Amino acid sequence: MQNFEIYDLIEIAALLAVLLLLVKPLGSYMARVYQGEKNLLSPVLRPLERLVYRFAGIDEQKESGWKQYAFAFLLFNGLGIVFLFLVLVFQGVLPLNPQGLPGFPLTLAFNTAVSFITNTNWQNYAGESTASYFTQTVPLTLSHFVSAAAGMAVVIALIRGIARRTAEQIGNFWVDLTRGVLYILLPIALIAGIFLVSQGVIQNFSGYQQARLVQAQNRNGAVTTQVLPMGPVASFESIKLLGTNGGGFFNANSAHPYENPSPLTNFVEIALFLMIPLALTHTFGRMVGNTRQGWAILTAMLIILVVSLGAMYWSERAGNPLIHRQGIAGPNMEGKEVRFGIGGSTLFSAGTTATSDGAVNSMLDSYTPLGGGVNMFLMLLGEVVPGGVGSGLYTMLGFVIIAVFVAGLMIGRTPEYLGKKIEVREMWMSVIIVLTSGISVLIFSGMALLLPAGTGAILNPGPHGLSEVLYAYASASNNNGSAFAGISANTSFYNLTLGFAMLLGRFLPAVAALAMSGSLAAKKYVPPSLGTLPTNNLTFIGWLIVVVLIVGALTFLPALGLGPIVEHLIMIGRK
Amino acid sequence: MKLAEIKRALLLLVIFMVLLTVIYPAVVTLAGRVAFPGKAGGSLIQQNGVVVGSSLIGQPFSEAKYFWPRPSATASDGGSMPYDPLASGGSNLGPTNPKLVSPDPGTGEVSGAAKALRDSGVTGPLPIDLVTSSGSGLDPDITIEAANVQVARVAAARNMPAPKVQQIVDDHIEGRWLGFMGTERVNVLELNMALDRAG
Repeated sequence: MQNFEIYDLIEIAALLAVLLLLVKPLGSYMARVYQGEKNLLSPVLRPLERLVYRFAGIDEQKESGWKQYAFAFLLFNGLGIVFLFLVLVFQGVLPLNPQGLPGFPLTLAFNTAVSFITNTNWQNYAGESTASYFTQTVPLTLSHFVSAAAGMAVVIALIRGIARRTAEQIGNFWVDLTRGVLYILLPIALIAGIFLVSQGVIQNFSGYQQARLVQAQNRNGAVTTQVLPMGPVASFESIKLLGTNGGGFFNANSAHPYENPSPLTNFVEIALFLMIPLALTHTFGRMVGNTRQGWAILTAMLIILVVSLGAMYWSERAGNPLIHRQGIAGPNMEGKEVRFGIGGSTLFSAGTTATSDGAVNSMLDSYTPLGGGVNMFLMLLGEVVPGGVGSGLYTMLGFVIIAVFVAGLMIGRTPEYLGKKIEVREMWMSVIIVLTSGISVLIFSGMALLLPAGTGAILNPGPHGLSEVLYAYASASNNNGSAFAGISANTSFYNLTLGFAMLLGRFLPAVAALAMSGSLAAKKYVPPSLGTLPTNNLTFIGWLIVVVLIVGALTFLPALGLGPIVEHLIMIGRK
Repeated sequence: MKLAEIKRALLLLVIFMVLLTVIYPAVVTLAGRVAFPGKAGGSLIQQNGVVVGSSLIGQPFSEAKYFWPRPSATASDGGSMPYDPLASGGSNLGPTNPKLVSPDPGTGEVSGAAKALRDSGVTGPLPIDLVTSSGSGLDPDITIEAANVQVARVAAARNMPAPKVQQIVDDHIEGRWLGFMGTERVNVLELNMALDRAG
């Protein structure tokens, strides 16, 4: 039986082609930006950059060691959380609130503030009925930009640590942050935002529109109007995707026709969240002076991503046999939009869970067990194929270090990577980077399943309920933000525990990456010898994939077995 | 030293706020208003000066003379009706949840929608999109198959010849972008308004 549509395969191939063509130009551009070299946009943006430094009192020549870099990173994020929290709580008295929405309750405000600053964008609220235009445009848009730029700054600092020799400094956090915002995120978001408006994504500050229904409805009295929410969506949408943030303007996120009106916008939106994480591998190659290293990492990422996408696509196309048995033909369209179809929906979902974007254009809770399981699997790998902007690559570099070390032990060669000896300290940091999210997922999920406060929120019965809880903590700990949205997680228990999972999953690995940068920067360069394991050939790419899969699979196989796999057996076996 | 860093962080937040949350959205808004006013404003459809909907947002239809859209989960999500844009979202029902599909005929979202279609005279396999709810609850489209199975009912209810209804359906098919992107589909609101105009 032919279980695919040729158009879907063409769409997937077209997207991959576009992204691959972008890797080199975008990756080189980002390398130039972070190294402070003249680039395409310098004539326009350099004066603005100077202005920002003068205003904030930043000396762009002055670099710092990893401790001060990490301090600045944590300080900025901490202040961001406090600021966001205050705005959310006091939303009711702030301007641009034509619907008169009240402030957020305290635990929800905590969860949301942490969520947006950690680049997770888990949302325990529905945008259209909870957040004012001020909340959406000012603090939330701001966090979309800065959380993405902060993640990129961390990976750039780590790359510098690898590239530099016997150095103490790893860069200036304020400068890296500013450059990421001004040269990379802002120009792309601006162009993409205007493009999205041209395709029907709304952008205005009007009050909600009343439309007279063509056919009046009878529900507890006649309903004759449809209220159409409005708002500055396009400017929010483009950075939400580009920065792998993912928090929707509306509850339905990128499934909402006002966020994602057509197959073309869908294609562009997928490209937006994949382009920076993929291109950063080339930035890495450029900055360490060996672009083949970047391509090797990119290849490993793409292989895992494409195979996962294939499995998800196949499972969704095969559909739900329980539905087929009732004389209904077709793939699994529950929770999916007709305009995207299975191809556009699964491509978006695989990309969004693989990048830590967490935006959705179809409801993951209603995916087939295996399709939904692939989404979970991609997150549980630690968000590395390619992962969030910045965070994906520094986590992947953690895996690379582990792969080099284990391979070194197995074949009796000195573990070294790009001329740097891998020693105990690097291994400690890599293990923290790679395992933090997994430990957080398992501990918090276990807690939620044991406590009534946790199990009370589950919508779907049986193994699917386990998947909902596991997915929630996997999403929070890996700063993804997508959800098996049936879970009613807007309770104090979930607001707080998910908030802590996000904090842990974001800041512990980031600080470990910076610490590793500091220790690598201080090392001497060891020229490659016969005893050096090459890290840019197919053997190493294969080995890296194996290491990523082993860590992911061994940590989570039991949980995945009890959730998606049991449910799949129930689905195909039920009479 | 630390105090200087705190000051830096705060000032940076302030200048970014101006740049990213005032100037940036303002530029996009202005560009949208000048170049694409209709689209920036929600692709609203007007009839005799009254807004009757948006070509991007589906509306509920249940009468026999109208083409029916897909089921919508917005009513059970706290909305006032199906296709209530203030309660956008999907059903979030898992594939084995009896509320989605159950062996008892007529219970569950899918079986309920299937029964309504069967009662309206549809025979043969039912198109999946007509019995499942969308992710947004606001899906404006149905597939061509989903439109075709409804032609006989609509034609009978309107006393219109079936080929004429079929012609109007065919005129409203939106193809794949560049021939490969997305799904071929029919916009239900626009189709129904065209039918009303045709009599």
